[in-house]
Amino acid sequence: MMTYSSRLISDPVVRQNPVTVQILGVCSALAVTRTLIPAIIMSITLTLILVMSNVIVSALRHQLPHSVRLILEMLIIATGVTIADEFLKAYVPDIAATLSVFVGLIITNCIVLGRAEAFAMNNPVIPSAMDALGQGLGYSLILVLVASIRELFGTGRLLDYQIFELVSDNGWFSPLLIMSLPASAFFIVAGLIWLSRGKSIQPLQAQWQFESHVYRGKI
Amino acid sequence: MDTIPSILFRSIFVDNLALSFLLGMCTFLAISRRLENAIGLGIAVIGVQTLSVPLNYIVFNLFLAPGAWRWLGLDIVDLSYLKFIVFIGVIASFVQVLEIVLERYFVNLHRSLGVYLPLLTVNCAILGGSLFMVQRDYNFNESVAWGFGSGVGWALAIILFAALRERVRYSDAPRAMQGLGMTFLLCGFLSLAFTSLRGMAG
Repeated sequence: MMTYSSRLISDPVVRQNPVTVQILGVCSALAVTRTLIPAIIMSITLTLILVMSNVIVSALRHQLPHSVRLILEMLIIATGVTIADEFLKAYVPDIAATLSVFVGLIITNCIVLGRAEAFAMNNPVIPSAMDALGQGLGYSLILVLVASIRELFGTGRLLDYQIFELVSDNGWFSPLLIMSLPASAFFIVAGLIWLSRGKSIQPLQAQWQFESHVYRGKI
Repeated sequence: MDTIPSILFRSIFVDNLALSFLLGMCTFLAISRRLENAIGLGIAVIGVQTLSVPLNYIVFNLFLAPGAWRWLGLDIVDLSYLKFIVFIGVIASFVQVLEIVLERYFVNLHRSLGVYLPLLTVNCAILGGSLFMVQRDYNFNESVAWGFGSGVGWALAIILFAALRERVRYSDAPRAMQGLGMTFLLCGFLSLAFTSLRGMAG
């Protein structure tokens, strides 16, 4: 049991990473990564919502009528997102403003619905919670990596500490403009995919199988 | 940012939902492998976005906005925190109704779009369009323009992208980059191209 649950957490971090391997939840993963702090807040928010929705869906899995389960799952997720959004607005209003609509868009994040549908509907509460935690960590890893690269090379700073001395302050580093553009997120994710695939080339089919499973569930 | 034409131009090219806000990426990557499918999905997005944003505008201002219940003497009621649940419900039921209507009256159109319509319920571009409409305080006409423009922008992006992607399939990329890696790289270049239109927005 211990090894099973620890694998549930460790697998999605690199080997089965939701973003680079399963291609789920890419939208928000790319959009909030210009600087590091919003990315970290977004990761924490998504992980908490993921754990909450997985636990609730798993606890109710024998009660949810099969034909309307998707709408009910969406309702559970939307409730969690509403709570998170109000919480962020109350305690970290600046960051909530930076994240703007992207907290709300967690509702349509494919990781959350995908895990509720593919894992929590068929598994007990504790493994579901572990699975959610693992998927959340995998997502967070990508978000934090991309955001660190973009902030470091886009501004020379990391978490408000000056790492590279800027030319304007008599240093050597001139910020790369491209890092502040959305396009750079694509390039960095492409690089990460190259890295993660290069080590263990998996059958390219596997990535789409999961997704099409989720889509089939919706139709 | 004021006039309708400028909202249209911005929503299609500058604030392109797919390429500058990176919304709807899951569907964008999954359904862009063939051009015909991308065109079908693009048309579905234009239709759903043009109608669902104004619909959500009406629902938001009638029931959720601060002061919407003033006529009942409930001045302080502010239900705008419910917008996520309500919007997703409106979109889901609207897509369902649209599907039933298409199935009954436009059989051919339904046959070609049928598969993609249910997907749009969970497309972040659709929900994002409505959330941006609230955040930017558009009035009714502006929200129609924004809905239509952002739908067209998304469709334009996915059609261009699918056409490019059909070519790239035969390229000789390193093994680890084949498929997904090239897709992301291509998306990046397309997004870069759209960024250069930013200077044209007045």
